[in-house]
Amino acid sequence: MTSYLLRRLLASVLILLGASFIVYILIAYSGDPLQEYRASNLPNRAQLMEARSNLLNLDVPPVLRYFLWLGGAVKCVVPFAQCDLGSSIQGQPVTAALSSAIPSTLQLVTGAALLAITIGIAVGIVTALRQYSALDYSVTFIAFLFFSLPVFWVAVLLKEFGAIGFNDFLADPRFTTRTIVLVSLISGVVWTVILSGSWARRAITFAAAAVVTGGIMYYLSASDWFAYPGIGPEVLVVLGAGVAVAVTAIIAGLQNRRALYASLSMVVVGVVMMTVAAPLLNSVSLGLLLLLGVLAVGVGYLTGHLFGGYDPAQSRKAAGLTSFIVAVLVALDRVMQAWPTYYNNGRVHGRPIATIGSATPNLSGDFWVHAADKYGHLVLPTFALLLISLASYTRYSRSSMLEVMEQDYVRTARAKGLSERVVVVRHAFRNALIPLATVVAFDIGQLIGGAVITENVFSFKGMGTLFITGIKNVDPNPVMGVFVIVGITAVTFNLLADLAYSALDPRVRVRA
Amino acid sequence: MSSYMENPSDVPPDAAGPLPDQTRGLSQGRLVLKRFFGHTAAIVSLVVLVLIVLLAISSIGLGPIPGWWKFGYTDIPPITNGGHPTLQLFPFSLGDHPFGQDRVGRDSFAMTMRGTQISLIITVLVGSTAALIGILVGALSGYFRGVVETILMRFTDMIIIIPILISASVIAYKAGNIGGFWLLGLFLGLVSWTGMARLVRGDFLTLREREFVDAARLAGASDRRIIFKHILPNAIGVITVNTTLLMSTAILLETALSYLGLGVQPPDTSLGRLISDNQAAFTTRPWLFWWPGVFIVAICLCINFVGDGLRDAFDPRQKKFSVRQMRRASRSEQRAALKVQAPSAGPTGTVGGGS
Repeated sequence: MTSYLLRRLLASVLILLGASFIVYILIAYSGDPLQEYRASNLPNRAQLMEARSNLLNLDVPPVLRYFLWLGGAVKCVVPFAQCDLGSSIQGQPVTAALSSAIPSTLQLVTGAALLAITIGIAVGIVTALRQYSALDYSVTFIAFLFFSLPVFWVAVLLKEFGAIGFNDFLADPRFTTRTIVLVSLISGVVWTVILSGSWARRAITFAAAAVVTGGIMYYLSASDWFAYPGIGPEVLVVLGAGVAVAVTAIIAGLQNRRALYASLSMVVVGVVMMTVAAPLLNSVSLGLLLLLGVLAVGVGYLTGHLFGGYDPAQSRKAAGLTSFIVAVLVALDRVMQAWPTYYNNGRVHGRPIATIGSATPNLSGDFWVHAADKYGHLVLPTFALLLISLASYTRYSRSSMLEVMEQDYVRTARAKGLSERVVVVRHAFRNALIPLATVVAFDIGQLIGGAVITENVFSFKGMGTLFITGIKNVDPNPVMGVFVIVGITAVTFNLLADLAYSALDPRVRVRA
Repeated sequence: MSSYMENPSDVPPDAAGPLPDQTRGLSQGRLVLKRFFGHTAAIVSLVVLVLIVLLAISSIGLGPIPGWWKFGYTDIPPITNGGHPTLQLFPFSLGDHPFGQDRVGRDSFAMTMRGTQISLIITVLVGSTAALIGILVGALSGYFRGVVETILMRFTDMIIIIPILISASVIAYKAGNIGGFWLLGLFLGLVSWTGMARLVRGDFLTLREREFVDAARLAGASDRRIIFKHILPNAIGVITVNTTLLMSTAILLETALSYLGLGVQPPDTSLGRLISDNQAAFTTRPWLFWWPGVFIVAICLCINFVGDGLRDAFDPRQKKFSVRQMRRASRSEQRAALKVQAPSAGPTGTVGGGS
């Protein structure tokens, strides 16, 4: 195992070196960094050219220049050495530019990747279980449509309708009757397609979905919810109970009463915490918030363990997951409470959903106002990125699940009388996830590449901007900086995927 | 049972779907064609795609082909009606400027058609170049294995690590500046072949162990003949499907690069370039922004559906299961008083899936 790991690491390093050499040479030969001075007629043209030439070592041939760059870059992995990725054409050190660009891109990509993986896998599994139903066909069509959407086009549309349109709506957040009726009807159709069944059942689904949607929209509109959003203890009880039942139904099955009670008790704890521990959340930092999240999961685990039952592991999982989701809901509620403050902040001008940048400059306010600000800036770019990677996850998990459902061990599981839930969740779902490890690893690298365009449209000061300016200025060092980050991420995730593969599937043995 | 077929495991006897009687004796190519024509979405997409290509080429002409549209993409006619689009559906009429005019008066329809032409040409170029390189690399490494495979696959890994947008934009900026869109397409092909190479290699690795390859070798065939005459035709399914998918990503790649200002350079235009030029005018002239995007989505969607149809046609294991077809089949069987075999309810829906 160790020797396999070492060999893989060595191969990865060599591949990275080779790839970085290719990229460096390509940029070096892609144009003339002195172009702007050659065309100009500044009096000190010669000195400027000389200065830039010295800065970028232009008198050294590109092949040797790569090794100069490599010499500096290697220091980044050697302890106690000054990390040196060269400087940009304006003389700014690349390491400094990168350290401000990486967090910005990371925020964008992490959110989009997590959402895409969760939603994509869920949708893929459900469509695989309902193969060739109306739902399957609609999702397939939508997935193909998302595949075919140019991200920059979608991003511009999102800016237009998601930001400018929505902000206009927020000025007077009331739905017209026509909108309510229309959306209710659409919701009815969508739910009917999702649930299907006999005609009578479809009619009931349609009516119920339409009425519920219409009711919610009317309530939101009448109570001015969009101006003063929030969840509140009452709604949390309903939402939490729904979450608890759903989580238990999937993880343990509803006949496992102890798991159900454990999950439901977590909802009670959540509501109590929401009302009692509210002051604690007023002055909170990100670290403390994460700690509280971990604590919530821990409490859930412990409660599940104490409730026990014939399979304590199931109770633990169900209660832990419920507890986590309820905790997220409580935090969400707190962000919503900060929304009016954020909305009325002088810096925001009543336009909370931003079209450019990653944060409102000089925004004053507590942690939650900043969280609302983050949301306002990240929601649209994340959505744009989400749309494009969602489709592939849906397709991959669908076909993977379909393949697994045909395996002999699924038939065996059914034959020995296991319930459909156990067959799907325990036997099929886990195995369907294995091939996805590779897809996820491959997609992470591509996602950072895709972020380049999204950042461009939304004027994010991230790695994408750094990269594009670098290419247009024939400036190798920033481009190389971005490539190094992306390349290392891609190589690492590929390695992790291979290791995860052999860990998840004992049939795949690493060649030790 | 399989004696009448050349490559028994290529087409399992039950693979032809619920109507095995009608497919007996058909060649592999016929079978694929038949299945492809049974795929409604793919056929509709193919027709739409052909119509788009015909429209793009015939309207403003390409090279020696004359066009029937009154304006060229560089003409600057006077602005009429504030540049609003004149396209009418009921009753259908194109008017003077069906997609409107831009700020200086250029005809948006002519420009969109030119953009479609360029984007399509680049797409085809990328597809064919990448397919060619990918097939070659994959076939050589899969067939010869050993040192050749190690070198070629390590090289492929190296290219794969570079996200395609990064390598493409570095290359495209240069190519778009010096050689126009022909060179751009060619160079983009040079960086997009890696997926194809891996797939073809995988196919070759299994195919080279098969009996018909041994037979060919015993008969004295050279390596070249075995690769191109014996193994490659058997890998044609993977290659065709992947080429279409390659082309659908290629059009998105090209438009994205042109949008960033790294692809097609003015005075020529492409669909991505049109969107980037006109996004600032979204509030005043939204039609300039809508049409190029609609064409990108339409082309890409069509290619994807054709690819999906091809995949189903080449890979009968993932065959679409149609309840209606199954019922009809079983009914006709009953009517013919043959031995009735109830359609299995398994998810594949192919008859005798468990046998």
